[in-house]
Amino acid sequence: MPRTLMKGNEAFGEGAIRAGCRHFFGYPITPQSEVPHYLAKRLPECGGVFLQAESETASINMAYGAAAAGARVLTSSSSPGISLMQEGLSYLVGSELPCVVVNVMRGGPGLGNIAPAQADYYQAVKGGGHGDYRVMVLAPASVQEIIELMETAFELADQYRNPVMVLGDGILGQMMEPVDLDGEGISSIPSKPWAVTGTQGRTTRNIVNSMCIVPEENEAANLRLANKYNKIRQNEQRWEEYLVNDAEVILVAFGTLARVVKAVADRARDEGIRAGVIRPVTLWPFPDQAFEKVIKFAAKRFLVVELNLGQMLEDVRLAVNGRRPVHFYGRPGGVVPTVREVMERLKQTSEVTDGGDRI
Amino acid sequence: MATVFERPRALTDKPFHYCPGCTHGIIHRLVAEVVDELGVREQTVGVGPVGCSVFVYEYFNCDMVQAAHGRAPAVATGIKRVHPDRFVFTYQGDGDLAAIGTAEIVHAAARGELISTIFVNNAIFGMTGGQMAPTTLIGQKTTTTPFGRDVRANGFPLRVAEMLSTVEGAVYVARVSVHSPVHVARARKAIRKAFEIQLQGLGFSLVEVLSTCPTNWGMTPVEALKWLETKMIPYYPLGEFCTPGTGRQDND
Repeated sequence: MPRTLMKGNEAFGEGAIRAGCRHFFGYPITPQSEVPHYLAKRLPECGGVFLQAESETASINMAYGAAAAGARVLTSSSSPGISLMQEGLSYLVGSELPCVVVNVMRGGPGLGNIAPAQADYYQAVKGGGHGDYRVMVLAPASVQEIIELMETAFELADQYRNPVMVLGDGILGQMMEPVDLDGEGISSIPSKPWAVTGTQGRTTRNIVNSMCIVPEENEAANLRLANKYNKIRQNEQRWEEYLVNDAEVILVAFGTLARVVKAVADRARDEGIRAGVIRPVTLWPFPDQAFEKVIKFAAKRFLVVELNLGQMLEDVRLAVNGRRPVHFYGRPGGVVPTVREVMERLKQTSEVTDGGDRI
Repeated sequence: MATVFERPRALTDKPFHYCPGCTHGIIHRLVAEVVDELGVREQTVGVGPVGCSVFVYEYFNCDMVQAAHGRAPAVATGIKRVHPDRFVFTYQGDGDLAAIGTAEIVHAAARGELISTIFVNNAIFGMTGGQMAPTTLIGQKTTTTPFGRDVRANGFPLRVAEMLSTVEGAVYVARVSVHSPVHVARARKAIRKAFEIQLQGLGFSLVEVLSTCPTNWGMTPVEALKWLETKMIPYYPLGEFCTPGTGRQDND
């Protein structure tokens, strides 16, 4: 199927299969249900395993077992289910296991609703579970990009032996778009000599473990993670730029909302405002380098737009580090702003002072 | 000279860290002996719990995974689904399996997951300082039931083997004890049966092993063995609760 119409949630599944993933463990939750629906049919066709777990807690721990056993493994959920997976994510990091987790975000807190939101940004990029750790986070903005970033996600997970989260939202999961599926996908995955397989003639035992009872040894383990994270920060920042070269105002948004914001930049230019867009593709590592670049160009102010109360806003402020005013516009709870709304907010932004965190 | 007794190959030479009189060591040895007897050591992946036996990855001489508290059956499921031809077992205590991990063990059994579980029941949380477990006996004093377990406040002890024997996917569920040499020998047989059931691909198997905790029970090792026999066994009867030939599956 070279070019086909596909739903975002199905693309998470197809992208995983093309990345060589043959194991999925998950639990039903809206609005990501089509991920398991798709894989329940597709994985058996590819000789893979689809298993519906008894909870998200079990899903992530099944993924932990499959990752320990050397497989490329996927689990997916939506916000409340991802909260239940935080324990498992911490253990995956502690045991240095690769795993890909899809979060099709919905409105929170609590049960919230099933409408699109970006309110799990903090949880995704700042750790989420216990301990001092990071998960790499990728944020696609189209169904085509889901396919591409799923492969990137599995590659990064294996390369760094760390979980990777692919962060979507209810719009991205539910919308249909044409996708190009060129080639056959990956046929082999990297060898994993550390995996538990039974020793089978190996002279040393493989042990997958996050326990480090001696404080100095645990400190060394944490520093090893820190070293890994520094490498990731240096090498893996990804972002998309749109009309930034001469832009005086830079709109910053991730995921599907970035598409709304690109339309805002176009509208602004029609009205004589030189606007551009930075769309972070990696939310962690956060693409600080993109901000260095536009500040050197012409950026005089920033407007961060999110489907929450201002979370990525903090990372933008850290990247800009007081050199330019950073403004914010957000719609929480599952509401998506219109181009006109964002345009109005853009016109209110000042080049002198921060707009604060106001909605 | 003929060797009549030696350390099983499936145990490392790492000294056990267990308290004097604790029977975890006996149970470790039984598991290791059976793994050796069945010749599956190099095909084995073990999954350890959180609790007193958290260090099993140091003791079993095979590939090992340390799981989060209660999640060993889910972790074992992931391993087994990737390597269906390997032998996969979990080793879990009563806090791990019967409290926080109740959902995982019930559903692994319900799926008929081809894994085997060694469930060590000593009626208390050992590692964390002698708190009440789901298996703590009525009236038993622990650090969180200082006046004895009161059913009005704390409910009733959970009989895990009986409960799991009602689940269709579980084909072998037994309860054994290690308080005397004859019981140790019977426990070994049950563990062997459970492991053979996995190797034959018949379904989920579990052996509940009654075990002592002299430290947290506040007894000498000998008193603890006596307490297990006289107090625990009346509430937790020994025996096979389902078997492939004679068990619930064939009673219809």
